[in-house]
Amino acid sequence: MNASHYDAAIIGAGMSGLAAGIRLAHFGKKVCIFERHNASGGLNSFYSIAGRKFDVGLHAMTNYVPPGVKGTPLGKLLRQLRIDREEFALCPQKQSRIAFPDCSLRFTNDFAVLDAEVASKFPQQTDGWRKLVELVRTFDDVSLDAKPVSAHAIVAQYITDPLLTDMIFCPVMYYGSAQERDMEFGQFVIMFKALYLEGFARPLDGVRVIIRVLLDKYRQAGGERRMKSGVAKIIEREGKAAALILDDGSEITADHVISSAGYPETMQMCEPARNIEAESNTGMLSFVETISTFKLPPASWGWDKDTIVFFNDSDRFDYVRARKQVDTRSGVICLPNNFDYAGADLPEGLFRVTCLANYDVWSQLTEREYQADKLRWFLEIQRSARRFLPRVANEVLTENLLATDMFTPRTVKKFTGHLNGAIYGAPRKIRDGRTHLRNLYLCGTDQGFLGIVGAMLSGISMANYHILQKNPG
Amino acid sequence: MTKEACQKLVIDIISDIAPDEDLSAVKTDVRLRDQLQLDSMDFLDIVMELRKRHGIEVPEADYVQLASLDSCAAYLTPKFQAKA
Repeated sequence: MNASHYDAAIIGAGMSGLAAGIRLAHFGKKVCIFERHNASGGLNSFYSIAGRKFDVGLHAMTNYVPPGVKGTPLGKLLRQLRIDREEFALCPQKQSRIAFPDCSLRFTNDFAVLDAEVASKFPQQTDGWRKLVELVRTFDDVSLDAKPVSAHAIVAQYITDPLLTDMIFCPVMYYGSAQERDMEFGQFVIMFKALYLEGFARPLDGVRVIIRVLLDKYRQAGGERRMKSGVAKIIEREGKAAALILDDGSEITADHVISSAGYPETMQMCEPARNIEAESNTGMLSFVETISTFKLPPASWGWDKDTIVFFNDSDRFDYVRARKQVDTRSGVICLPNNFDYAGADLPEGLFRVTCLANYDVWSQLTEREYQADKLRWFLEIQRSARRFLPRVANEVLTENLLATDMFTPRTVKKFTGHLNGAIYGAPRKIRDGRTHLRNLYLCGTDQGFLGIVGAMLSGISMANYHILQKNPG
Repeated sequence: MTKEACQKLVIDIISDIAPDEDLSAVKTDVRLRDQLQLDSMDFLDIVMELRKRHGIEVPEADYVQLASLDSCAAYLTPKFQAKA
C-alpha cells in the first residue's frame, strides 16, 4: 500500500468527522481527515478578533446530564471516545426561557421545572403534555431505519393548545431543524431530550475545549489530519468511491469514505455529479447572529437569570426561510456569562442574538452593502431581542460596549461549506448514512443526530456501523 | 492462564470502556448487564478491545458467551491458552 492509501478517509474535521476518526484510529485503522479550512470544528469552530475569542455556533452544549447519570447520549459518547468527563469541563446553565408576548415558560437542567411551568400555565394540557413526554422518553430516536413521520402530526395527538405547541417547538426547531414549519418526529425527539429532559452546559473557555480534547484523542490514536486540504471530487468507479481528488489536484484512495460535508454537497462532489439528488434535498434555513462584548457582565444591569431565551412575537411561531433579509419576529438570545462557572466568570460580558436570515439576499450584496447591512440589522435584531429581557437604558449598554461582531448566512457558508448557508443542512436526513456508492457514507448534520453531542454520536455510529462492525481489522 | 487472570483482563477492558462504573464488587456468576449499565455499544467495544489488545477473535454468534465473568473465563481462557 502506498502513502496515499487509507483504510478510511473522512471529509471534514467538524465534531462528527473527528469523532469518527477517533473510533477508527483507536481500532487500528489507517485514517486521514481532510479539512478545507485551517481550523477544526466546522460549524462549531472558533475564531479571534482583536485578541477576543469567539465561538462560531456554540450557544450551549445540549444533552448535558450531571455526573452519574448513565445511558444518555453524553455518557455514550464519553465511553465510545474514551474521554473522561472532566476533560470537557462542562458548566451547567442557570435557567432558560421560552418567551412569547403573553406567556413564558422557564426550564432548567431539572426537567421538573418545565413540567411544573406547563402544569401551572396550561392546566388543561397537562395530561396530554405528560403523555407526550412519556412517548418521547420511550421512543427509539437513534434507530437507523425508522420511517419519517411528522412531529406536528404526533404532537397534535397530545397537545391541542396552539400556544403550547408553538412554545415547545420554538427551541427544538431553533436548535436543530433543517426543515421549515415541521420536523421529522425522530429529530423532534432527539432535540426534546437534548434540551428539556437533559439540558445545557458550556466549558468556561467555550467550544475550543471540546475541539482540543477531540484533536488530542485523535492524534494519540494515530490519526492523520490534513488541513487546508479539501476534497474536490469523489471519483466513482463500478459503484464505489474509487479515489478522492483534493483541492490541489492530488489524488488519494481509501477503502471507505465518510463524508461530513452534507448530503447535497457530497452528491455534488461525486464524479459524475448527482445534481438532481443534490437539488432535491438542499436546506434553505440560515441564521444571522449578533455578538456584543461588554466591559461588565450582563448581570450588572439585571440580565442575571437567563442563560438562553427563545423568543417569538408572531401569532403562530413561523420557522421558515426569512422572506426579508432577517426575520426578527423570533430568535434566540444567549448570555454566556450566565452559566454556573463555579465562582469563575468570563473576562467580559457577552450578549448574542440569533435570528433566521435569507441567504440569497445576503449573498448578493457587494462588500460595501454587506458591511452597511450588517450594521443596520445589528440594531434591529438587538431591538427585537431586548423586548424579552428586563428593561435597561440604552446608555447603560452603550457605555459598556467594547466590541461587536456579527455573522451572517455568508459566514455559515464559509465555516460549514453548506449550500445556501444552511445551518442544519438538508431537510431530509439519511439516517443509515448510505449513499449510491457502497463504500461512501454520510455522517454529521445530514445523517441527522443533532447538536454537538449528536454530531459526535453520528460520527461514532457511522464508523461503528459501516466499518468497525463489518471489517473488524 | 488462570480463570482469575482471564477475568481480570476483561475487568481491565471494562474499566477503560466504562470508567464511571464501580467494578469493585462485580459478581462473577451474574450477568454483567444485570449489575452494570452496559449497552450493546459497550459490549461491541469489549469484543473489539479483546482483538486489539490480545488478538482474540470473538465471532458475533459467540457474543452470548461474554454474558458474565464466569462465562467469559470459560470461553476465553482456552483462546488465550491457544495463543500462548
